[in-house]
Amino acid sequence: MRFHTARRAATNHFISGLAILATVIVLVPLAAILFYLIYKGASSLNLAFFTHIPAPVGESGGGMANSILGSGVILVLASVMGIPVGIAAGVYLAEFGRGRMLANAVRFTADVLNGVPSIVMGIAIYSLVVMPQKHFSALAGGIVLAIMMVPTVTRTTEEMLFTVPHAVREAALGLGVPKWRTVLSVSLRTASPGIITGCMLAFARVAGETAPLLFTAFGNQFWSLKLNEPIAALPLQIFVYAISPYDEWHRLAWAGSLVLIAMIMVSVTLVRIYANRGVLKGGS
Amino acid sequence: MTTEREPAPSIPAPSSVAPAVAAATDPASGSAAPSPIRDYLSKRGSGRIADNSFAALMLLCACSIFAIVAFIFWILVVRSHLSLVQFGWKFFSRAAWDPVSGDFGALPFIYGTLATSFLALLMAVPLALGVAVFVTELCPKPLRAPISFLTELLAAIPSVVYGLWGVFVLVPLMRNVIGPFLSKTLGWTGFFEGPNFGVGMLTAGIILAIMILPIISSLTRDIMLAVPNSQREGVLALGATRWEMIRVGVLRNSRIGIVGAVMLGLGRALGETMAVTMVIGNHPNISKSLFAPANTLASVIAGEFTEATGDLYLSALIEIGLALFLVTIIVNAIARLMVWAVTRGAPVGAA
Repeated sequence: MRFHTARRAATNHFISGLAILATVIVLVPLAAILFYLIYKGASSLNLAFFTHIPAPVGESGGGMANSILGSGVILVLASVMGIPVGIAAGVYLAEFGRGRMLANAVRFTADVLNGVPSIVMGIAIYSLVVMPQKHFSALAGGIVLAIMMVPTVTRTTEEMLFTVPHAVREAALGLGVPKWRTVLSVSLRTASPGIITGCMLAFARVAGETAPLLFTAFGNQFWSLKLNEPIAALPLQIFVYAISPYDEWHRLAWAGSLVLIAMIMVSVTLVRIYANRGVLKGGS
Repeated sequence: MTTEREPAPSIPAPSSVAPAVAAATDPASGSAAPSPIRDYLSKRGSGRIADNSFAALMLLCACSIFAIVAFIFWILVVRSHLSLVQFGWKFFSRAAWDPVSGDFGALPFIYGTLATSFLALLMAVPLALGVAVFVTELCPKPLRAPISFLTELLAAIPSVVYGLWGVFVLVPLMRNVIGPFLSKTLGWTGFFEGPNFGVGMLTAGIILAIMILPIISSLTRDIMLAVPNSQREGVLALGATRWEMIRVGVLRNSRIGIVGAVMLGLGRALGETMAVTMVIGNHPNISKSLFAPANTLASVIAGEFTEATGDLYLSALIEIGLALFLVTIIVNAIARLMVWAVTRGAPVGAA
């Protein structure tokens, strides 16, 4: 009997040890990746990186200024197209479709769409936009990223609207405010910190997307701001530099990654802090 | 409704009937006397039209999500038509991939995708379960949030950065340290023989494992948190150790959800592109050795799409995309249903 108890206690400690070990093992790659990014990236960052376009092969120097700008253009395009549609769909799910079959179907489809690989989105938009036009374009890149933002924005908007108390809506409706005004200026405004968080997370998620841009925005070694021409993007340029055989370009790839990660991490972290402070307290 | 039923002032009605009619049709008003509020509301009048058009607009946007899925499916079928007609179902069982002679088959890529995803799950699932158990059951409260946050940071790192890290850190490590060690100790199994370039299925599997870990662990954590505390207390009160409590009280109840979380991770692994493209070696072959370079459905599209010359070549690549689309949709749909069954409404942050 005592042996049995001892064995159970030992198993307990053993499994606890394994769980701790697993957590440590998981944190190792994270530490390794962040270490290498800072170690290799920071030493390669300089002013030229942010102000110059890529130098031709064989010449040293050059930067990724056009890629940063191009990424900005594509992301703004994507946000302008994707966020309103996503929020509207979320409003339908939370305010109009509660409990209906259609709403459940939309919710399910949004979740499934979220899991469709980005490269599939890329070739679909290539076939739909790039092929008929016969050239790659910034607009096509924006459309792909917009489509990828929609499901995430929809689901967060819905979840956040769900935390708005019914009494608030009823108060507005009871004063004779029409439903559409209630939704816009009461429900959405109350839930806005959470919805902004969701939009930023969707934004951060697509900011690093590379695969769908390969066939849509295509990349560009020069300055370009035209929406119907190929445009440079930071993740694309990192990819091109990383698989190139030149040390100078590898250096730029690390610096580019550091900048990309810094942008994503800062926005995600800020948003998390903001969300923890604002939404949870406001919602309860 | 009330404004329509109101007796028009021009019709002379007996004073004793009018209030009764008004009261019957609209109990809230109580009197037929012109009320400024009702007057205002009836003149405003556009409320219903605005409400209905607003609702219709929201519905339209919601339905655009169906439209997106339908459009993707339709356009992929249209553009892969050539290859669908040319090869039929055999496309998925043929190992040939010869762009020069126009002979295409997807088997090597299916094999590569399945092998790398399986490797990734093999490594990621135990670790993710360990993290979830640690975070929900063992770790002190103040550490919970930071550890969850750190593991989820892994999900925020873009694929291409994993690829960069893989190319310059993991590949040399595999070539010089891990690879030789594995072939010396486990070479007899046949999985670790042949030339070891550092790039290959095993390296891709490791990168994939790191990438899908946060998805599985954060979903599993949420599922385990959904188990009511009374159940833990009940099992502990019967004299169970902590591990027995976790096994009987928590894991057994959440197993459907955990399987769902693992399948969501699988869905991500099947479609992951850039990091895999950068470390897998990109060669259409089927080999037992995990050191061998290979290609996945996603990486072959990324690697060859812009270089595809000829309609049949392009069409074959799009058909591969179509297959990937259908497979990931099915895997994700099943997984979502399983996770929903346990948590009643999937957590959003997991994506």
